[in-house]
Amino acid sequence: MKLWREFSKGFFKENAVFVLLLGMCPTLAVTGSAINGLGMGLATTAVLVGSNLVISLLKRWIPDKVRIPVFIVVIASFVTIIDLSMAAYLPDLHKALGIFIPLIVVNCIILGRAEAFASKRGVVESLIDGLGMGLGFAFALTLLGSVREILGAGSIFGWSFLPEGSTTILLFILSPGAFITLGFLIALINVMRRRFA
Amino acid sequence: MSIFLIIVGAIFVNNVVLMQFLGICPFLGVSTKVKTATGMSAAVLFVMTLATLITFLIQKLLLIPLNIEFMQTVSFILVIASLVQMVELILKKVSPPLYQALGVFLPLITTNCAILGVAVLVSRSTFNLVEAVVFSMATAIGFGLALVLFAGIRERLDLYEIPEAMKGAPIALITAGLLSLAFQGFSGMV
Repeated sequence: MKLWREFSKGFFKENAVFVLLLGMCPTLAVTGSAINGLGMGLATTAVLVGSNLVISLLKRWIPDKVRIPVFIVVIASFVTIIDLSMAAYLPDLHKALGIFIPLIVVNCIILGRAEAFASKRGVVESLIDGLGMGLGFAFALTLLGSVREILGAGSIFGWSFLPEGSTTILLFILSPGAFITLGFLIALINVMRRRFA
Repeated sequence: MSIFLIIVGAIFVNNVVLMQFLGICPFLGVSTKVKTATGMSAAVLFVMTLATLITFLIQKLLLIPLNIEFMQTVSFILVIASLVQMVELILKKVSPPLYQALGVFLPLITTNCAILGVAVLVSRSTFNLVEAVVFSMATAIGFGLALVLFAGIRERLDLYEIPEAMKGAPIALITAGLLSLAFQGFSGMV
């Protein structure tokens, strides 16, 4: 029961993007399509689970004064692993996400969870926390990517549902569309939270 | 001529915040007052130029000759984090007034993804040392421009009635979207 709570908080109550407003750079930059959003979300989840696991295992041996540099090295190592694996097995996605893969290092969600959770709690809890927060982030990115892709390109996960030659609202897959769509999504979630709280 | 194109391209056409989405956290976080926005921009200009210079040299003199380019992410982030600490210490000793102006913003810069982002972008480009430094300075100026413009708009935004659900982040994001739309007008210029 308690573990379920640690897992599910990342989706709604403490969603990194919609509620905590963390990790905004990749959120806005790679969500031109649903599949890119999902890919970025899963890559971040993998790094987050790995770093939470290692940091919670090592927490007894990490001196308090140098903990931040140690966390950063652990996170950067996992990012390098993900970066190289994606370049080998998913070259198209790797190319589409571009510099935002190495930039997972400076995603505040990951360092934030290391500092606030993994460095204080047990291994299993940290693993579940990383998985929940990461998948919540992936969920937010996929949702934002889907909305932008439907409005801007008339397709979803690359599958086009509009007849040939119909016009779409191109603005939504360009940069301004990222800001505007996210703004309205957060406003919508604010309304829902107030309604159900 | 090419230097001029790099400058215009980095400030307006490919504005780091509004077009490339780097450094969004400080953009949304510190941009409620024009004064703090200016301070943050100055700190970023300082650190970004230094960081690009040093990471460029590391890439060319260390990582490529030793054939360990896969260490790029780890080495760059460590260099940037320690650079920020060092700049903080040196400023405190050498120029207390400058430290007072920039001091509070320096720790925030380690997590500013624009710094690492520009370092990685430069390492993937064909820039030589001079072009790389000019590019990083112009990018930082573009960051400052977006930050100060946005702060100016947000100061006025406080005076208006906004629907409850739109207060805070949503209206800030939509404002940023409109600003980004304005910058979209520059595309195709270079």
